[in-house]
Amino acid sequence: MLSVHGLVPQPHGRMTAETKRIEVTLETLLDSVALAEEISLRIAEAAGFDEDERHKIGMSVREAVINAFQYGNEERREKKIRAVFELTPAKMVVHIEDQGRGFRLEDVPNPLAEENLLKTSGRGIFLMRSFMDEFDVRRGREGGAEIVMAKHFRPQRQPNSQPQSAHEKEERP
Amino acid sequence: MSLRATPRENGGATIVDMSGRITLGEGSALLREMVRDLLGKGQKKIILNLADVNYIDSSGIGELVSGFTTVKNQGGELKLLHLTNKVRDLLQITKLYTVFDVHSDEQAAIRSF
Repeated sequence: MLSVHGLVPQPHGRMTAETKRIEVTLETLLDSVALAEEISLRIAEAAGFDEDERHKIGMSVREAVINAFQYGNEERREKKIRAVFELTPAKMVVHIEDQGRGFRLEDVPNPLAEENLLKTSGRGIFLMRSFMDEFDVRRGREGGAEIVMAKHFRPQRQPNSQPQSAHEKEERP
Repeated sequence: MSLRATPRENGGATIVDMSGRITLGEGSALLREMVRDLLGKGQKKIILNLADVNYIDSSGIGELVSGFTTVKNQGGELKLLHLTNKVRDLLQITKLYTVFDVHSDEQAAIRSF
């Protein structure tokens, strides 16, 4: 069973003010896709994300590592995939970096366009953007693509609390 | 959880009961082989029963689309039955829900061919 050191389950879903960070180097293997997804799910659970949010985080990490595995590193085992998971008081941030040639978001075809609907690939980026609150693609340290995405913690509601005012909501991350 | 796919006959159609995850690797490959195998046997009325499929990634979606077009190009039809909420949501956000013929009743799916 995989354990995530340094992270303690938060029953009320709030992390402490301290930022926690885990970095993992993955081989360019199909098994790395499931491994990265599993790590992200454990971290998300420890951070207090609910089942639906964990599903979206896990699937986004899966898609990012698939992207690095297939397109970035072109399934070349000697290349590495760097995965970084950070928990801040406001959100969970994930970085997935490959050793490929990088790509620009504006060059990625829209999978919802009529002419692309029946294509058999090209939906990974769209799914990550749909499932996460923040999403960007940068040039990595070694010239490859670095996908950076984040899921925000939702404001917690106490059992007997009144609905939040709009002002309170604005102050939340 | 790996994917399992069990075909059966009902009303002249082939129902494939699937359970597990349709994801990059074995899951997608199994679906591809299953569709190819059915077409090879001349079975062109295919219904994928996804009642026990809770997880499909972009590769799995691609394989569903590939199956849909492959069967259509050979003069058949591939339909989907009993989508779970997560799979329905996925097909809706990718605008594929209206591309596939989706059913919640097996007999109605068979009659629709």
